Amino acid sequence: MENLLQVLYAFISTSVFAIFLGAGLAVASRKLKVKSDEKVETLISVLPGLNCGVCSYSSCESYARAMASKTETDVSRCSPGGYDTQNALAKLLDVENGENSSRMIARLACLGDNKAAKREFTYLGYPDCESAHIQFHGDKGCKYGCLGLGSCVKSCPVDAIRYTGTGLVKVNPELCIGCEICVAVCPTGVMVMIPKDAKWFVACKSKDSPKLTKNLCRTGCIGCRICERKFLNSGFVVSDNLSMLSYNDADEEDQRAASAACPPKCIINL
Amino acid sequence: MSRYQTFSRGGIRPPDAKYSTSKIGIKTCPLPDVAIVPFLQHIGTQARPTVKLNDRVNEGQLIGEPSSLISAAIHSPVAGIVSEFRSIFLPMGIKTDAAVIKRDRNIHSPIKHEENHDWQSLEIEELLEILKWKGVVGQGGATFPSHIKFSIPKGHDCEVFLINACECEPYLSADHRLILESTEQIMEGIKIVQKLLNPKRVVIGIEANKQDAIEMLTAAGTAREVEVVHLKAKYPQGAEKNLIEAILGYEVPSGKLPLEVGVINSNVGTLFSVYEALVRNKPVVERVLTVAGGAIAHPANVRARVGSPVSSLIEECDGFREEPVKLVMGGPMMGFAFNNLDTPVIKGTSGILALTGNEVNTSATTPCISCGRCVGVCPMGLSPTTIFKQIEHERFDEATKYGLEDCVLCGACSYVCPAHIPLVSAFRAGRGRKRRLAARRKK
Repeated sequence: MENLLQVLYAFISTSVFAIFLGAGLAVASRKLKVKSDEKVETLISVLPGLNCGVCSYSSCESYARAMASKTETDVSRCSPGGYDTQNALAKLLDVENGENSSRMIARLACLGDNKAAKREFTYLGYPDCESAHIQFHGDKGCKYGCLGLGSCVKSCPVDAIRYTGTGLVKVNPELCIGCEICVAVCPTGVMVMIPKDAKWFVACKSKDSPKLTKNLCRTGCIGCRICERKFLNSGFVVSDNLSMLSYNDADEEDQRAASAACPPKCIINL
Repeated sequence: MSRYQTFSRGGIRPPDAKYSTSKIGIKTCPLPDVAIVPFLQHIGTQARPTVKLNDRVNEGQLIGEPSSLISAAIHSPVAGIVSEFRSIFLPMGIKTDAAVIKRDRNIHSPIKHEENHDWQSLEIEELLEILKWKGVVGQGGATFPSHIKFSIPKGHDCEVFLINACECEPYLSADHRLILESTEQIMEGIKIVQKLLNPKRVVIGIEANKQDAIEMLTAAGTAREVEVVHLKAKYPQGAEKNLIEAILGYEVPSGKLPLEVGVINSNVGTLFSVYEALVRNKPVVERVLTVAGGAIAHPANVRARVGSPVSSLIEECDGFREEPVKLVMGGPMMGFAFNNLDTPVIKGTSGILALTGNEVNTSATTPCISCGRCVGVCPMGLSPTTIFKQIEHERFDEATKYGLEDCVLCGACSYVCPAHIPLVSAFRAGRGRKRRLAARRKK
């Protein structure tokens, strides 16, 4: 009987203590409430919440705060959100919405895998592009290509980049948020940003002379100008021994034909 | 305690491997038929070429002038014709323009350097100007232009001039041989720098494994009030911050230069070129370097022209005994691997090593077992394993907090790592990535 009473006392004393603390919390939550800015809250709810830093702010919240306090007037800074976010932000802030820019995603401008590209030596150091780049700008003969050691894979915040197993990496366009971190960390600069809806793409960055490029890589752009001269409406422009596609004015049929005619087959369909 | 001093934290004792070259006199290499002279052989900006294609150049003629405040002059090592300008990679990861100079065999007599200049009557500014136009740079490996190093900024005083004769890297014995064969010249070089810096003390730090050199220096130094401090052989004694701690007992603050504590260091090789520039009126067109490693038939120290292809030096040492697994420019701990035998010797090349399979670590990397050996050997008192793990997980701000920027890249941690993790290589990657991300944020 005595034991049972002890249990009862313990139960009652703990309950009283708990009620007392609960009441304290209830009062505190009213009295010490931090006033949250509703405007900021709504802006945050529109933003994707990845805290990727593309907008040049450290987090989505700080971007939202800057917009709410009118220090930032550009609503198109959020690339992962795309134009949905841009429109929503413009509506909420009641500002002029600029051109709806097409969403940009990263692509690897290199097809020189282990089979296609020549290697000058075997790299044995820490498996990271940055370390490999210190040594003669990488083990590939071509100094513009992908080193395949995955600086971008490690730094991608959404795991959109994967190793292919053939000495290259591949960007998954569905997952890519266009944060450009891979573009920043790639030591050879082989990652490029292109519109997400682009159909064709020159997968090479080599500005070496045609002869050298041909020696070093089977799939390197040799600047032969076939795409530019034969298919005038295709939008390909060759400069510095490298073909570039301008995505604004393009005739798709011409691009398809140019791709088929490209001798090293470095114009690819996405 | 014994009279041998050393630095307090960490350090390793790799096998010396100097015996094969330290007992043999310095050989002089024949002039190269084709010299490839890079315009960037120093820290700073690339020298501006002063010659054009197909120009005829003399031995020791200026072919590149300093292009900015931190830059150095470049001279032609041979008499001949500038046949090509090309862009080359140096093993230390630098891409630079280089002049290819074809030697003219008809000019046999090199310019005589028998002159003995009276440097004592010159003002300090004049001396520095000569150093600048003779292209003198630090020859310990960092290749910092000497005319800047030896001019003290206002508000600073040079208390101690510290001379590094440690040569703590295995295999290398070029500085050792240079001390033995040119003691007087080095002492004269010290005298010149003494005039430039006006230090209260001049101290030479030398490791105990070079007894003959210690004797020579002590004999020559006592009369000139140059102290010679014996140090216990330990790697990396020659790193400037460690050397200061080993000899003077105080530490250089993180991220600061030795001048902050009133010290200026210099390598003995640099002093020799200071002597050559000011007394002999000779630009830096040659240097002494070690050609060694298990794959070299007869390892030796050679005096070679800047711009000589590595293959010519190896030929001078009777070629390869066996096929090398790895070629290294510099010492085995901090040197850089390279694969092209046409790579030229530059002002900062302290050695060429051709290593065999036995001498190279080719074991596969295994996961870190957190044994802490790297922490024990780090001369800067860092925790390499912690920094490595932060880098592996792309946390560069944290890695910086743990001292990523304080690392001197000596390689002691990689040397002892039982998991064969290329830690130094990873730290370089971390620093590079951090810089790229910071640049992106700024944009």
